[in-house]
Amino acid sequence: MNQSTSLIALKTIWIKECTRFLRIWVQTLVPPAITMTLYFVIFGSIVGERIGQMSGVTYMEFIVPGLIMMSVITNSYSNVASSFFSAKFQRNIEEMLVSPVSTPVIIAGYIGGGMARAMIVAVIVTAVSFFFVDNVHLEHPLYVVLTVILTSTLFSLGGLANAVFAKTFDDISIVPTFVLTPLTYLGGVFYSVSLLPDFWQGVSMANPILYMVNGFRYGFLGQADVPIGVAMAVLIGFNIAFFVLVYRLLSKGVGIRS
Amino acid sequence: MNALEISGLEKVYKGGFKALKGIDFSVKEGDFFALLGPNGAGKSTTIGVISSLVNKTAGSVKVFGYDLDTQLMELKRQIGLVPQEFNFNQFETVRQIVVNQAGYYGVPRELAHQRAEKYLTQLGLWEKRDEPARSLSGGMKRRLMIARALLHEPRLLILDEPTAGVDIELRRSMWDYLTRLNKEGITIILTTHYLEEAEMLCRNIGIIDAGQIIENTSMKRLLATLSQETFILDVEASDKQPSLEGFATRWTDEHTVEVDVDKNAGLNGVFEQLSAHGIKVLSMRNKANRLEELFVNLVEKGRQQGTGGAA
Repeated sequence: MNQSTSLIALKTIWIKECTRFLRIWVQTLVPPAITMTLYFVIFGSIVGERIGQMSGVTYMEFIVPGLIMMSVITNSYSNVASSFFSAKFQRNIEEMLVSPVSTPVIIAGYIGGGMARAMIVAVIVTAVSFFFVDNVHLEHPLYVVLTVILTSTLFSLGGLANAVFAKTFDDISIVPTFVLTPLTYLGGVFYSVSLLPDFWQGVSMANPILYMVNGFRYGFLGQADVPIGVAMAVLIGFNIAFFVLVYRLLSKGVGIRS
Repeated sequence: MNALEISGLEKVYKGGFKALKGIDFSVKEGDFFALLGPNGAGKSTTIGVISSLVNKTAGSVKVFGYDLDTQLMELKRQIGLVPQEFNFNQFETVRQIVVNQAGYYGVPRELAHQRAEKYLTQLGLWEKRDEPARSLSGGMKRRLMIARALLHEPRLLILDEPTAGVDIELRRSMWDYLTRLNKEGITIILTTHYLEEAEMLCRNIGIIDAGQIIENTSMKRLLATLSQETFILDVEASDKQPSLEGFATRWTDEHTVEVDVDKNAGLNGVFEQLSAHGIKVLSMRNKANRLEELFVNLVEKGRQQGTGGAA
């Protein structure tokens, strides 16, 4: 497949993926807005006022980047996991498998879909935050953009890997429930890890989501619990590792070819 | 040039089931080829390997000279696949399904829309273009899969039981359509359980059983090997139920008689003897489709000789 036909195939997969989540917008775009509004009301306004400042900013300002990142993570992951698994389940994945679409193009198309949904949800959650925060800082916009791109890419790849192995719909909810949610909550969304005892600070450093939340927070507030260079390196490293994993799985036909 | 060349093709599934045991056959460009076999014989596995949905264990597959192992992308471009099971997204519209499929083959979107109109119109689905696929009837879904397979204008069209569960009127219109495509130059490989369909449409035939090709010849040559046919004659009610000299005769009731006729004996003797007894023949038909008799005989023979391998 030459470059132009690959681009047509990539565009086709991307449009198909975006059409899918936009068609079911009530399931895909509305819930994050409602959930994050509740987080802002409960943790930001009600509890946050009693907490006072954290890392030199109001608690509400502190949690905004983490909550946006949480939405990016869950939406990019679930978009690709559910879409790819549905394609396996309905067997319409075969439409792509019989055609001359290369594996990197398939991966890029699904990542593009996951990223698009994550970006739209990020914009919605940011817009919601304006109702609760008087002044949203944006100290380093480049890092905000870089972190959100790398994070949505990584979790789209994660969702794809999950869908490749999944045999039932239960299998694509296990990872978000038992892995992603705990890691996100313990990844410094609601608190600064500097508040933890040394031992738990060390344990937290093994949580990759901590680097994403802090990379994003650095972009917004100009401060974070981990150096921005380390956060970027971790994100890039995980992206490469997951891409190689997913590429090998799809090339071998794991879960999709007999 | 051969549209398809398969040699030494083997497939062993996880768990050790050997679905294909080294099959060899070829299909000439422009042919209308029937791949027949009982359930579980290996037809769908063969099609799965050709279309790269199933990984082969050994052997080689070439489509218009493109090798499955070394020129996969070019090989895929030559093939249009109509699978046995519905395998499209039930929530997408008819037009989205066919246009997206063209996109996977690198067909520009504007051209894909033009072709979508052409093929959906030809298959009587244009009026349904904006309906979700789940709202279509079974026959429409089958036609949708044919339209989808044609959007990138393949040279080889593979249809795995395309008329299963389709009513006779629609089946006949699909036969006409497939014949037209074949006349336009598309090589067609068809699997079917309707042997009348294979006999009517196909010029060449391969019969597969238990993972082995047990016959690969032209339809004419195969039908010529049929030495005897059984006819059912509907007659006016008669007290007489004579045995016809030179023919095995079975009266099933006072209106119906079955007669075995050797290929070289002809039917004149049957009519002459019935007339002599004052019995009027009202109508006559084959007891079974000619190909069906041959198919059953070949599969049985293969199994008795142990080549079929079935228990």
